[in-house]
Amino acid sequence: MKIGVYVCECGINIAATVDVPEVVEKVKSFPNVEICRYNKYTCSDPGQESIRKDIKELNLDRVVVASCSPRMHEPTFRAVVEETGINPYCFEMVNIREHVSWVHKDKEKATEKAVALIAGAVARAQFLEPLERKEVSVIPKSLVVGGGIAGIQAALEIATDGFQVYLVEQSPSLGGRMAQLDKTFPTLDCSACILTPKMVDVARHPNIELLTYSEIEKVDGYIGNFKVTVKKKPRYVDTDKCVGCGLCAEACRLKGRVLNEFDENLSKRSAIYIPFPQAVPLKYTIDSNRCNMLRFGKCGDELLCVEACEQNAIDFEQKEEFVELDVGTIVVATGYDNFDPSNEPKYGYKENPNVITGMEFERLVNAAGPTEGHLEINGKEPENVVFIQCVGSRDKEGHEYCSRVCCMYTAKQAHMVRDKFPDAIISVYFTDVRAFGKGFEEFYNRVLDEDINYLRRELDDSIEVVGNEKGVIVKAEGHPDIHADLVVLATGLVPKSDNKEIARKLNISLSGDGFFMEAHPKLRPLDTFTDGVFLAGCCQSPKDIPDAVAQASGAAVRAASPLAQGKVVVEAITAIIDEDLCSGCRICENLCAYTALEFVSDDKIMKINDVLCKGCGSCAAACPTGAITMKHYSNKQVLAQIGGILNQ
Amino acid sequence: MDEYEPNIIGFLCNWCSYAGADLAGTSRISYPTNIKIIRVMCSGRVDPAFVLEALKKGADGVLVSGCHFGECHYKSGNYKANRRIKLTKKFLEEMGINPNRVRFEFISASEGNRFAEVVTEFVDELKELGPLSLQLIQ
Repeated sequence: MKIGVYVCECGINIAATVDVPEVVEKVKSFPNVEICRYNKYTCSDPGQESIRKDIKELNLDRVVVASCSPRMHEPTFRAVVEETGINPYCFEMVNIREHVSWVHKDKEKATEKAVALIAGAVARAQFLEPLERKEVSVIPKSLVVGGGIAGIQAALEIATDGFQVYLVEQSPSLGGRMAQLDKTFPTLDCSACILTPKMVDVARHPNIELLTYSEIEKVDGYIGNFKVTVKKKPRYVDTDKCVGCGLCAEACRLKGRVLNEFDENLSKRSAIYIPFPQAVPLKYTIDSNRCNMLRFGKCGDELLCVEACEQNAIDFEQKEEFVELDVGTIVVATGYDNFDPSNEPKYGYKENPNVITGMEFERLVNAAGPTEGHLEINGKEPENVVFIQCVGSRDKEGHEYCSRVCCMYTAKQAHMVRDKFPDAIISVYFTDVRAFGKGFEEFYNRVLDEDINYLRRELDDSIEVVGNEKGVIVKAEGHPDIHADLVVLATGLVPKSDNKEIARKLNISLSGDGFFMEAHPKLRPLDTFTDGVFLAGCCQSPKDIPDAVAQASGAAVRAASPLAQGKVVVEAITAIIDEDLCSGCRICENLCAYTALEFVSDDKIMKINDVLCKGCGSCAAACPTGAITMKHYSNKQVLAQIGGILNQ
Repeated sequence: MDEYEPNIIGFLCNWCSYAGADLAGTSRISYPTNIKIIRVMCSGRVDPAFVLEALKKGADGVLVSGCHFGECHYKSGNYKANRRIKLTKKFLEEMGINPNRVRFEFISASEGNRFAEVVTEFVDELKELGPLSLQLIQ
């Protein structure tokens, strides 16, 4: 056994806290260590080359690198040893950066700890065994979850690459949040004008199968071979027959009585509805929470919608359906929720009709919105408008992050108020104007020149909106009170309320802020820790439309790449059973979450299906006869590592 | 005389807790050097024999940490680990070893702070307990 050990200084990232030459001196004396060297950057070309050279010249059969987290560079070094003829599983990595130099200050103790960790790895390395990675074929289809701008973009990109895409959207129409916006900053493009053609492209694309009003129920499998169960909620309208004429909604007994969520509940619709006129698909849906027929089994003397529908499309007997989709990769683009300021009484939201959110403002100024674009509060045009920034964002007690869009949408909204009401007094309470994107600063400067009072306050300074007979008074610490008739809260972007559930289904992680976690914030920002599952848009973190679209295009490339290659290599770490040792006690059988263990009744022993085995090792930890070996984490290997560390 | 420094072996699952410890690193949240981490794919892999071996070979405490319930990368490995560690603690107690020397925690990939807190707390607790002397039992 000849082991080569390479200790990395990582510039001064490791060397500043760990005495690397001393580590090397100590490691040299460990059993079976043929060579131990250190490099400034082991991951660099010269670093990698020194490993290759030693493998060839010294006939090394095991390699240990002590550097950063294996979650960072294990694939890099596995590739290095593999190129030089060593099985990648005969490589072991020690984390002396994230787990040592970056968290410890005492150089002597940190050095001792690094030596101990390397001793563990060297002891373990002697028992490492070559493993064969399996190649599995990839189903050349992708699933995109979420039909907002990010999901639309990702679906179109993958479909244009020539692969079949399923696009699943939970609401009755594509469009997402962007469909609700009036204008977009900083170019003042009409949001619907740039979005709706893309929605139509999706509907028309021969490679895209659109499943609206549908949700992900279950996800099984792994990269290349996911099996996804999708729940199609009943629309109670036969989409093959519905032509979207709207006669049913006109006839509905509840017309004008059901709150319209697309208009942020500022308008009312029928129980049978399309969310907005350009909905894709243009098919009506019955709101099962409001429809009399669905709630009570009757609706007056006759079913007005059924009477009105010339296509005979309404079907109260529809049931939810479950469809199974086989896909190779998944793009998650589930978006965000708007912060609800009713939990913060100081803003007087819901108490005063004069206080609205940023999204409500969007609907009120939109020509297709509840007021056909006339910005009126209580039937009166506003004369004194106050915008309050950072509502629900940059709050250490709540959402600590910056929502990244509110500064600019406030600037845009202030501009729109100025455009409509040249004589209005417009004030913006801000803390920092974050105008970081292309054209943002220029747009902000333009708005500043439009006689808009930007008033600075600290985040911790008190601010309160109280109602009076004329409207509201905004009391901001350090500023004179403002008697306003319209207050717009720049509400932030928050994680979707069901993110936890979605994360669970997709087996991905959440960051501390509640958004989905990327595999690496800089180097793998579109990947998740689950191979084959990628992130796009605001489900990963708040972002503006250009960033969401850019990220979606990137995620589409990531998701299409395995489809194009047709094959992926899957992890070789699975369990194996020694048939001679298995007593057939079946303890392991119930422990396996993947039904990879099967009892062979003829032989009275267990058999393992290594395609189903995910390699968690739960069975190996429980096997009373030691018949199950967890590859790469065998008892021998782990016990040797424990001994190695503690011998130091 | 130098202050007694307990020796801790930490078994962390690859997906949540190991990543949480990595986050403590990238966020430069410092904690005592006493813990030495061993990566396992899942906390469900941790055989109670590993815990005993660590104590036998000189560890004063053992930390096993996995994903939060419902967030396990392998669906339910953390439930199994939780059960096994509970039993292991009972066994240790029978053997006359303070069961607090073994600790099971849930630390997610986003809880770098929590990881540092757990280690700091555990080191303090073990300092109070003093060195583990198996000779006494033998």
